[in-house]
Amino acid sequence: MSRRRRQHAAPAGSGLPGALIPLAVVGVLFLVLPVLGLLVRTPWRTLGDELSSTESLTALRLSLECASLATIVCMLLGVPLAWLLARGRFWGRGLLRALVIVPLVLPPVVGGVALFTAFGRRGIVGSHLYDAFGIALPFTTPAVVVAEAFVAMPFLVIAVEGALRGADARLDEAAATLGASRWYTFRRVTLPLVAPGLAAGAVLCWARALGEFGATITFAGNFPGTTRTMPVEVYLALQQDPTAAIALSLLLLLVSVAVLAGLRERWLTIPS
Amino acid sequence: MHRRTTAATLLVGLAALTAGCGGSSGGTPAASGTSNTGLTGTITVLAASSLTESFTALGKTLEAQHPGTKVQFSFAASSELATQITGGAPADVFASASPATMQQVSDDGDAAGTPKVFVRNTLEIAVPSGNPAGVTGLRDFANKKLTIALCAPQVPCGAAATTVFRLAGITPHPDTLESDVKATLAKVTLGEVDAALVYKTDVKAAGGKVQGLDFPESAKAVNDYPIVVLKNAPNPKAGAAFVALVESPQGQKVLSDAGFQLP
Repeated sequence: MSRRRRQHAAPAGSGLPGALIPLAVVGVLFLVLPVLGLLVRTPWRTLGDELSSTESLTALRLSLECASLATIVCMLLGVPLAWLLARGRFWGRGLLRALVIVPLVLPPVVGGVALFTAFGRRGIVGSHLYDAFGIALPFTTPAVVVAEAFVAMPFLVIAVEGALRGADARLDEAAATLGASRWYTFRRVTLPLVAPGLAAGAVLCWARALGEFGATITFAGNFPGTTRTMPVEVYLALQQDPTAAIALSLLLLLVSVAVLAGLRERWLTIPS
Repeated sequence: MHRRTTAATLLVGLAALTAGCGGSSGGTPAASGTSNTGLTGTITVLAASSLTESFTALGKTLEAQHPGTKVQFSFAASSELATQITGGAPADVFASASPATMQQVSDDGDAAGTPKVFVRNTLEIAVPSGNPAGVTGLRDFANKKLTIALCAPQVPCGAAATTVFRLAGITPHPDTLESDVKATLAKVTLGEVDAALVYKTDVKAAGGKVQGLDFPESAKAVNDYPIVVLKNAPNPKAGAAFVALVESPQGQKVLSDAGFQLP
């Protein structure tokens, strides 16, 4: 080490410590091998038939629609919440942040049960909805969106809150001294400043919603066309026809990678 | 600002890793420290969810009869367990809720010997206690206004339900197809559905939280439950002892008390 450092005349302590490299390689293999395994085991010859079946296309469409709707819900509610957490000055803000992040660490199935206790026919809120209007949320497509938004929103909130904390609040003040209203400042100064953070958060949120399984199958159930999303379809296929499950997994993988790559080109240039 | 954003994104990504795992945890590997004298070590039993209560009781019995043994269970839909076994899950015994699912395991060459039917089970209508929707029979499953849960056709209780409806000439309108019978039952226990089709034994196991309604067509869709010691069993001797206990008069009594029919 010391000889090489002298040769390159690099400052002491710079460069990678050699011990990290093998571990990093193991890390890469650990993350990449399962995906490679999927590709190796994909039934390429029958792939077209597996994927063009009505069931898988229905599940894929439902997945994309619900994940996108859930992301919109998360943005509508999550951005104001992040703003409150980042800029608000009130007692118990730390506690509020901890509460908001709970769905992130909650096992998704537990999240599904929790959703029942709140929005089920016998839930705290759901029972009133059911008694007054006859509306039952579980086992409907909106229930899928609710389950996905519940699990995915903390991702967006954390990302946007981090961006807001990093953004210079004095710019907001400057806008205010120039006569901009609070709402105008929020729209034209604050939001554009945190746009990269918001985009990163929205993408993470969407990806998490797309892959959501536990809360969805618990709270929304499983019925083709209404609540059976791709992850649920894969789970069911695995019990009868593992090859079909692999084909479906590949499809979900391709779609999510394609969307993430497409967005990355536009917004997600990682700051260096 | 950039650094902060990256840090936050990284944090979220990390959290995703820990929180993103939804599915069920598979069978636990059994300890292979078997001595040649007597029974010892861990016995891993993969069993249909409908066997949860009775097998758990029988596991305790075996542990009491043979100190030093530990019976570990993984209860799930038989079809899911069959996939785990053909995928190489280390287990000693497999008890399935249908011969078709057992066949998958035998066809793959994972069974040691011929599976034996040890109990039978029939379906029953389960409604939340008090029967708020006033369900009276199988015909109500065709009512679109009711919220109905059935087992997915991929799992044995769902296959049995399909048979029942076909024989009765009824087209059901389910709102959800659950991944195993206990998940179906849970929706009734929670009061989130008006009716579901589960096994008689599940209604019994749920105690007072659900009500069971018998229907005549159930006699036409009886599920046979086969059991077998697995070929790659880490602890085959103890596995065979568990199967023997299940087939013994003592085991059969526990099972019939739980509502199973004896073959």
